[in-house]
Amino acid sequence: MSNSPLTPGIVAGRLSADAIARNFSDHEPAFDRHEARVAADRCYFCHDAPCIAACPTAIDIPLFIRQIATGTPEAAAKTIWSQNILGGICARVCPTETLCEEACVREAAEGKPVEIGRLQRYATDVAMAKGLHPFTRGAPTGKRVAVVGAGPAGLACAHRLAMHGHDVVVFERRPKAGGLNEYGIASYKATGGFAQKEVDWLLSIGGIEIRTGVELGRDVTLAELEAEYDAVFLGIGLAGVNALRATGEDKAGVRNAVDFIAELRQCPDLTTLPIGRDVVVIGGGMTAVDAAVQSKLLGAENVTIVYRRGQEKMSASAYEQEHATSVGVRIICNAMPVAIHGNGAVREVEFAYTEETPEGLKSTGETFRLKADQVFKAIGQTLVGAPEGLAVAGGKLAGPSGKVWVGGDCAAGGEDLTVTAVAEGRDAAEAIHLHLMG
Amino acid sequence: MADLSSNFIGIKSPNPFWLASAPPTDKQYNVERAFAAGWGGVVWKTLGAEGPPIVNVNGPRYGAIWGADRRLLGLNNIELITDRPLEVNLREIKEVKRKWKDRALVISLMVPCEEDSWKAILKQIEDTEADGVELNFGCPHGMAERGMGSAVGQVPEYIEMVTRWVKQYSRMPCIVKLTPNVTSILPPAMAAKRGGADAVSLINTVKSITNVDLDHFSPFPMIDGKGSHGGYCGPAVKPIALNMVAEIARHQETRGLPISGIGGVTTWRDAAEFMALGAGNVQVCTAAMTYGFKIVQEMISGLSQYLDEKQMSLDSLIGRAVPNFVEWQHLNLNYVTKAQIDQDLCIKCGRCYAACEDTSHQAIAMSPDRVFTVKDEECVACNLCVDVCPVENCITMRELPKGAVDPRTGKVVGDHADWTTHPNNPMAQAAE
Repeated sequence: MSNSPLTPGIVAGRLSADAIARNFSDHEPAFDRHEARVAADRCYFCHDAPCIAACPTAIDIPLFIRQIATGTPEAAAKTIWSQNILGGICARVCPTETLCEEACVREAAEGKPVEIGRLQRYATDVAMAKGLHPFTRGAPTGKRVAVVGAGPAGLACAHRLAMHGHDVVVFERRPKAGGLNEYGIASYKATGGFAQKEVDWLLSIGGIEIRTGVELGRDVTLAELEAEYDAVFLGIGLAGVNALRATGEDKAGVRNAVDFIAELRQCPDLTTLPIGRDVVVIGGGMTAVDAAVQSKLLGAENVTIVYRRGQEKMSASAYEQEHATSVGVRIICNAMPVAIHGNGAVREVEFAYTEETPEGLKSTGETFRLKADQVFKAIGQTLVGAPEGLAVAGGKLAGPSGKVWVGGDCAAGGEDLTVTAVAEGRDAAEAIHLHLMG
Repeated sequence: MADLSSNFIGIKSPNPFWLASAPPTDKQYNVERAFAAGWGGVVWKTLGAEGPPIVNVNGPRYGAIWGADRRLLGLNNIELITDRPLEVNLREIKEVKRKWKDRALVISLMVPCEEDSWKAILKQIEDTEADGVELNFGCPHGMAERGMGSAVGQVPEYIEMVTRWVKQYSRMPCIVKLTPNVTSILPPAMAAKRGGADAVSLINTVKSITNVDLDHFSPFPMIDGKGSHGGYCGPAVKPIALNMVAEIARHQETRGLPISGIGGVTTWRDAAEFMALGAGNVQVCTAAMTYGFKIVQEMISGLSQYLDEKQMSLDSLIGRAVPNFVEWQHLNLNYVTKAQIDQDLCIKCGRCYAACEDTSHQAIAMSPDRVFTVKDEECVACNLCVDVCPVENCITMRELPKGAVDPRTGKVVGDHADWTTHPNNPMAQAAE
């Protein structure tokens, strides 16, 4: 190994293969049977439980936890999947600390909620390992539905449509199905190719055809889909990335965080993936944290997240922020990028401190510079490629319209979370079913 | 530190914690280690008649009920009396007593219900210098089928007869161990007293099946595909034992008969409760079998602290709650309480609401923002909400003062009045 965290520039192999393997192993190991039962026993089986209300997919959490406690995780998995067919990945990536576990009454009582996310993972893992798929395709209706985007929204929609007996074709622009589950989340949250395993498991219901490498607007138009199918669901996500609007953004070494994350997820050997020595991540969300943490885990010496507003406004949860700082990422708040310096390639990023004013966020005039050979932009994604004729509100698709339904990150309403996308895809499928059969 | 030294029917021990007759007390090695750990006394595992010892099963002897994290709540056993030769036990008992003079050592006995058998065994143990004998009229399994154990304990006449033989042929203090597998514990206790027993000890184990293997369809513990009933013990049986102890302690015919309390004693608090209801000391088994001999140290420190805090002697604890253990008809029907929920402590789980709404008196209201409040006009003060609430002291019972109006009945809270004088009682005694 010739490189180390101290090697200048963007290089691969800063850490040994062993260290890389350790760093990217399961972030939160699975419960074993006994651990699951003990964790499950902490659930109070609340009346009209607050955790259910806090779950975008409204999983009956007390019921599934009781099913685990009584030794039937398979039944628990069915309870989970009935509401959230991607319950496996959601158990891994949901910011439970701001959803179900925040609402857990034991969080209020002791600051230590029932570990709902890990219990959900236990149940779904057990059932998937047994090859159980407790849903069957409904009797064929002869209706055909096009789903654009094989991300969480599209997959959830497709599965629910298949349960109702409709034929589904899913169009996906990328080479693989899964959307952000496959391309957009930190590797250590879904180890062992889980995202693809879950897609395969989901498709085992039958009646769903996935066509990859097909992009809406480029390879097929919405008008064509509307003409050919009885209904169309758009779950196209947010394919664009916001610009920094700082000078020098085009310098070498400046990159979208989502592209880095996607490349990392698809990289078969992380010792071959180049990373900078001094990495600066600009943004305050989960993407920023995922990019920063994984930069550190690849062996970057210094990784800094810079967020333009106060820490309390960061959309990455406190838990995610803690995780970042625990691996050695530094978080600087109240600073915005004004220029990227360097001769061809980035060498430093110049920031200005900010303050909140009645007119909005403003520079205080005081600046500082961070050494950087790699910069990741993580200041939010935007909707691109919205088909003409669909209403756009607040930068997102407003639906439904005619025979077109929308859901997931591209759709207005709800947070941009996997679990929200699943809920929207599922609900759109129910609406489509009602429309087709009503 | 409070003085815990105990004198139970003339048998002295440095504390009132004895190990009950059971596997922990079946040999010198165990008993000496128990004494070293601090136990005040032991009742040596039951000896049988001379001759070939009994034989135990070679499969599992115990079944169990667990709480979360496999906390043992109840244990059931199908083990029999000692399976070691009588002479070995006698030699070891003598040796232990010689080495541990300050500790109580009582021998548990079970021989056939014949005068000669009892006469013989009593003669054989005389030489051990043990402090007393305990007659095992309790074991509900194995030996009962052979006409011993609970087969004797369920027939008061046999209890009286055997106790009489024992008192006739031995000068040793005699404790009669009672089985709970009876309709009422009083006739056996009265029989023991009539027979001349110095004390009773209770309860022995409760006839039970802990669970069923749902793959092999056999009760547990499963021996080659079959199961037998066993004797149940541990924390789960404590409420049954407390009641039986208290019944003997308060009944006019058995009042004053010394009681050695047994049944699920796990902590100093359990021991204190048994003693408050009339037990002169306690015997422990399951807790030791679960955690080892060391637990006695917590019992000693806990009971000492409690007595110190109450500025009470051990003797004055014994029986202190007995006068307050009354029959239902003497409970004050004019004692009116209402549940009240401390909103600062409430974590909004809604269990009180579910319990009251679904299974009680619909006396708790739930607001859309999950604030739970008691409807005094519906609350009968059943206490179920208190019992299901996961937060200690969040829900408490508030006593209505005399003169207040109960919003549920519209009646004014008056002086003590119980069922014996209530107008709805056809047997009510007319007010003088």
